Amino acid sequence: MGEVNAETKTSVASAASKEDLIEIIGMHKWYGDFHVLKDINLRVKRGERIVICGPSGSGKSTMIRCINRLEEHQKGQIIVDGIELTNDLKQIDAIRREVGMVFQHFNLFPHLTVLENCTLGPIWVRQTPKAEAEEAAMNYLSKVKIPEQAKKYPGQLSGGQQQRVAIARSLCMNPRIMLFDEPTSALDPEMIKEVLDTMVELAETGMTMLCVTHEMGFARTVADRVIFMDGGEIIEENEPEEFFNNPQHERTKLFLSQILGH
Amino acid sequence: MSEVAQTYPPGQHPDMPPPAGQRGLMLWLRTNLFSSWVNTLMTVVAVYLLYKIVPPILDWAVLDAVMNAANRNECREIAQGACWAFIKDRFSILVYGFYPSDERWRVNMAFILLCLALVPVLFDNVPFRKPGMIFSAAYPFIAGWLLLGGLGLTPVGTDEFGGMMLNTVVGVTGIAFSLPLGILLALGRQSHLPIVKSCSVCFIEFIRGVPLITLLFVASTMLNYFLPPGTTFDLLLRVLIMVTLFASGYIAEVVRGGLQAIPKGQYEAADSMGLKYWQSMRLIVLPQALKISIPGIVNTFIGLFKDTTLVLIIGLLDVLGIGKSSLADAQWNGLSNEIYVSIAIFFFIACFGMSRYSIYLENKLDKGYKR
Repeated sequence: MGEVNAETKTSVASAASKEDLIEIIGMHKWYGDFHVLKDINLRVKRGERIVICGPSGSGKSTMIRCINRLEEHQKGQIIVDGIELTNDLKQIDAIRREVGMVFQHFNLFPHLTVLENCTLGPIWVRQTPKAEAEEAAMNYLSKVKIPEQAKKYPGQLSGGQQQRVAIARSLCMNPRIMLFDEPTSALDPEMIKEVLDTMVELAETGMTMLCVTHEMGFARTVADRVIFMDGGEIIEENEPEEFFNNPQHERTKLFLSQILGH
Repeated sequence: MSEVAQTYPPGQHPDMPPPAGQRGLMLWLRTNLFSSWVNTLMTVVAVYLLYKIVPPILDWAVLDAVMNAANRNECREIAQGACWAFIKDRFSILVYGFYPSDERWRVNMAFILLCLALVPVLFDNVPFRKPGMIFSAAYPFIAGWLLLGGLGLTPVGTDEFGGMMLNTVVGVTGIAFSLPLGILLALGRQSHLPIVKSCSVCFIEFIRGVPLITLLFVASTMLNYFLPPGTTFDLLLRVLIMVTLFASGYIAEVVRGGLQAIPKGQYEAADSMGLKYWQSMRLIVLPQALKISIPGIVNTFIGLFKDTTLVLIIGLLDVLGIGKSSLADAQWNGLSNEIYVSIAIFFFIACFGMSRYSIYLENKLDKGYKR
């Protein structure tokens, strides 16, 4: 199966720029009659860190969830790492193997230990031998600074620790892209920092990251680009300096004044 | 206040034991038996009732009971209590039914092997679990061969099955096969594939809408109309199929309840890793859903095991049937208490065992889950 994928990858990738890891072209999505995403166009280069912000209900989570097919788009194209997302389950699985996702509510598996959470994907999806998967998992757990919790269950950890396990779990799959869906929104203030620190370290390794977040400090220090969404549309997209100091759009100005106002 | 309240600097207060009367037996008695005047009254009434009820039962069942006698009149001459001699006389037929006496070791063997086969299934910390599982998987065939004969053993017809052995055969088969079938039906009912979904829904609703007795009658009589003439289709086999299907309908609904309690995020996390449907069900969703469903599943199994007595209605002589027919014996006339109490004890031990196991399993799976 790997060979077939490699073939389709090269054929599509040659058509597009080799640098673009994610390409979203004219993508629309509806929930029933409700038009949630309108004509989304986005290109993400390898190694780029992108922060997506916007008021709640603006479609930012929905957009990144379309990238690994947790949500289905109805019109337009999404090409991830040279593979187009269609109804073909093989294509979807191929993309999901390469795209890691971190959720607002962690979504760790409560019946498995931290270590088992981390090795499940590599063992069952990548067919990694168990010992090797465990070694890699311990390595990533060290990177997120909780190797001593490996034998515990998620329910025994704090929220910040759980989210760091979730990040380690995604990294164990060796993804090319990491999606973060409001990773700090369900955390207590003192735990937000430890998760953001982990994310900053990850960004420094050159990982391609798409991050839905309200942490504007993180956006300023880490992001290559900030995208502002409202009403299902991308309103504005710019480098962080420009975005924060010189927003172009009225909606952006209003949003920034609301979240930075105090 | 005779005691001087000692003060400590902030942050220096040591841990102290609770004051007298707030710990140990006295506390337990006060909180559990005499916490209010209503509770005190109920405690007194309960003790009085126990005093009135327990000694007579003890007299009847143990102190005044007769273990050895040739018939009822002899029993009554010895003592007025329970005549267990009757049960002793009938014990082998209550257990084995009409299974040929020379071949009864095969039933014993099948039962011992059943216990062995259950160990690796029920407990995950036993040695040699993996080879044990292979034996457990092979057990139904071994048991079938032992009980039915053939391949070197004298064949025994299923019409000779009876007593507790028949209840056990029907109960164990029903339990063993209805769980996987029920899980499949529950998953089918949740499926996005319309045909799979509607078949599962129809099946479950049909099974739940019809009494088991009706299904057993269908098994014993009507099935013949649907089968080509001349086909002989063992009555016990038909009963086994019907009981299994019946229980699986209930299991499916219990498991569905468990499935619905699993947050959507668990499915999404499994999906986003690239796990396939069956992988995410087996590794993520079902372990959690079944854990939640344990009380309901065991409840269904207990119900199924007790419902095995309904085969009496279509002419199979299970332990209840044999007990009833034993009452007609002129020598042992009128000893229905002894028979029914014995049968009740048999069912109670089996069902209570299942119940205790389910509690053990819940506690074991709860470990580590909670903070």
